[in-house]
Amino acid sequence: MFALGLIGLLVRRNILFILMSTEVMLNAAGLAFIVAGARWGAADGQVMFFFILGLAAAEVSVGLALVLRMHHQYRSLDADLLSRMRG
Amino acid sequence: MRSLLWLIPAIPFFSALLLAVFGPRFSRRSVALFGVGSIGLSALIALGIAADFIASPPPNHRDTQTLSTWMNVGDLNAPVALLLDPLSLVMIGVVTFVGFLIHLYSVEYMAPEEGYSRFFAYMNLFVGAMLILVLADHLLLLFLGWEGVGLCSFLLIGFWYTDPNNVRAARKAFIVTRIGDTALMIALALLLTHLGSLEITTLLDRAGQVWPIGAPLAIWAAALILGGAVGKSAQLPLQVWLPDAMAGPTPTSALIHAATMVTAGVYLIARTHPLFLLAPPVLTAVAVIGAATLLIASFSALTQTDMKRVLAYSTISQIGYMFLALGVGAWSAAIFHLMTHAFFKALLFLAAGVVIHAYHGEQNLFQMGGLRRTHRFTFWIFLIGGASLAGLPLVTAGFYSKGEILWETWALGGSALWAAGVIGAFLTSLYTFRMIFLAFFGAPRKAPAGGEPGLLIRIPLIVLGILSIIGGFINLPPALGDKLLLTHFLQTVLPHTEASALHAARGMTEIGSEAFVTAASLLGLFLAYLFYLRRPSLAESLAGRPVGRALHRFWSAGWGFDLLYDRLFVRPYLLLAEAFRRDMIDQFYDRWLVRPVFLLARLNRHDLIDSIYTGLSRLAAFFYETLRRTETGRVRWYAAGLAAGTIFFLGWVVLL
Repeated sequence: MFALGLIGLLVRRNILFILMSTEVMLNAAGLAFIVAGARWGAADGQVMFFFILGLAAAEVSVGLALVLRMHHQYRSLDADLLSRMRG
Repeated sequence: MRSLLWLIPAIPFFSALLLAVFGPRFSRRSVALFGVGSIGLSALIALGIAADFIASPPPNHRDTQTLSTWMNVGDLNAPVALLLDPLSLVMIGVVTFVGFLIHLYSVEYMAPEEGYSRFFAYMNLFVGAMLILVLADHLLLLFLGWEGVGLCSFLLIGFWYTDPNNVRAARKAFIVTRIGDTALMIALALLLTHLGSLEITTLLDRAGQVWPIGAPLAIWAAALILGGAVGKSAQLPLQVWLPDAMAGPTPTSALIHAATMVTAGVYLIARTHPLFLLAPPVLTAVAVIGAATLLIASFSALTQTDMKRVLAYSTISQIGYMFLALGVGAWSAAIFHLMTHAFFKALLFLAAGVVIHAYHGEQNLFQMGGLRRTHRFTFWIFLIGGASLAGLPLVTAGFYSKGEILWETWALGGSALWAAGVIGAFLTSLYTFRMIFLAFFGAPRKAPAGGEPGLLIRIPLIVLGILSIIGGFINLPPALGDKLLLTHFLQTVLPHTEASALHAARGMTEIGSEAFVTAASLLGLFLAYLFYLRRPSLAESLAGRPVGRALHRFWSAGWGFDLLYDRLFVRPYLLLAEAFRRDMIDQFYDRWLVRPVFLLARLNRHDLIDSIYTGLSRLAAFFYETLRRTETGRVRWYAAGLAAGTIFFLGWVVLL
């Protein structure tokens, strides 16, 4: 699942889809934690999932704010337009 | 006083240096002052030393003054040492005194010249070198002076170097004398290796002890020294350079080619005469060369049209007399003639200079005439010189010196040599008076311009004239007063066998010999008068006949020696030089050394070593380019990079 998310992040050009892929990756990591917790019967996995969820939410809000900025400037959501930092 | 000996050659050297460096900046006056003053000073010191020497002679009648060591190499120890004995005293007397007079003359004579200071620098250098030559106590030092005078001769003959003829003459003189110099050098090497020292008295003593009379080594040494003397003194077979040397200024001809340099050979043989006594065949050769040369040159002098060339051949001839004297063992007679010859020949040359100047550069006798009427002083002074040269009886110096030589030749050498000398005396008189009659008598063919010379020219001429008359009186033969002062003076160095001088030898007395000589010279005078004053037609008819014409051409060309040497040496040498035009050795080197190197250089056109470094820099550039590509600014690219790195790292950890 993580790999799917990663591939999606690398391939897609639309910023929103990149963020979505990021979410997928985060969820995949959380799932891994849950499974590990269930396997060894510890509650730590659940706790980690809480962290990850919270982190994901914060990250999304910041990301969306940035997307809004980008859209305001470029009137498009093509990630490749953000190459002003090229050397 | 004697300790000042070294100053005698040193002062002219110093003056020469001064004039060479600062000459162009000096005024004419200063140049003249230095040029003449230096020789004058040397002359004064020489006079002082002579007076001191005569009044209180040093032990053994010789004194040496060692200044320093020139070189001390292996077997050769060459000090800079000067020798003072009667012979060197006579020589420095002649050189400095006659030199001084000629320099004085040159002040006025060379005044209009552009290279005034150069002239005096060269002349001073010459006198310095000549004095070194005659004062040297060591043969190597003598050789230094020898080479020095050769150099100055070259420089002065080619004084007006813009004319290639002059330069050619200078080169000819130098090259011909070089042949002699080489012989002398070999002689020095021979003497050094076999006798161990080149210091003159040591050398001669050892030679006498080590070599018996007739030893092959002694013969070789003496013969080689003779070779050197023959070159410098313009005797057979190396006499060809002297007539051409007249291309130089007249004072040069007077000093170098009459009075001093050409007598260096005579001095050398006189100085090393013990060596020659050990080699009788060589001594005979000396006499024969002298006799042959004096005759050949006299015949040539008879046919010359250029006044200076007559005097040049005359010089060759008179030195032949000196060689003749040396060859029969009459050493002091040779030196006596050397002295008187210096006087009258210098006088003749200087007077000839005045004559040539009077005709504005014309040197052809047949263009002159009647100078006697307009230039009385010149005429009389020339006449005195000519009379002395011809050896007119009793009143001229030449008479006494020549007479002594001829008497000694009869007594010690035999009648054949004596006869040659007497014929020579006849011819001398003939060509001398021919010259005088053509130039001074008769109708002027070309109008002489220019007045009589000024004081600075007259004084030396007068002094030399006086000396040409009274110079002979210091050696009056037994038959005519018996006051052989010079011979006695030179006795310690040049021993003289008195017996021959007094006693009749093989059918002739001294008076008899003198009579013959007198008759010869007077006959020459008479015939010259006949042919050139009374009946010129007679001379012309004689010369007009085929035999006469052929002889005239032959003698005029110096008996064909120039032609002979040209065909024998010069042409083959030039041919050889032409053959080597495409220099074979050079070509060999070019093909086998130079070309391969160029080939190698071309191989390395893309410089191997250099390319290592350029390669490095290109590598760096490559990496730079590559890395530059990674900075795209694209987020997804960076993300991809991150992902790739993480995967790689994980793989590393898991698998390794």
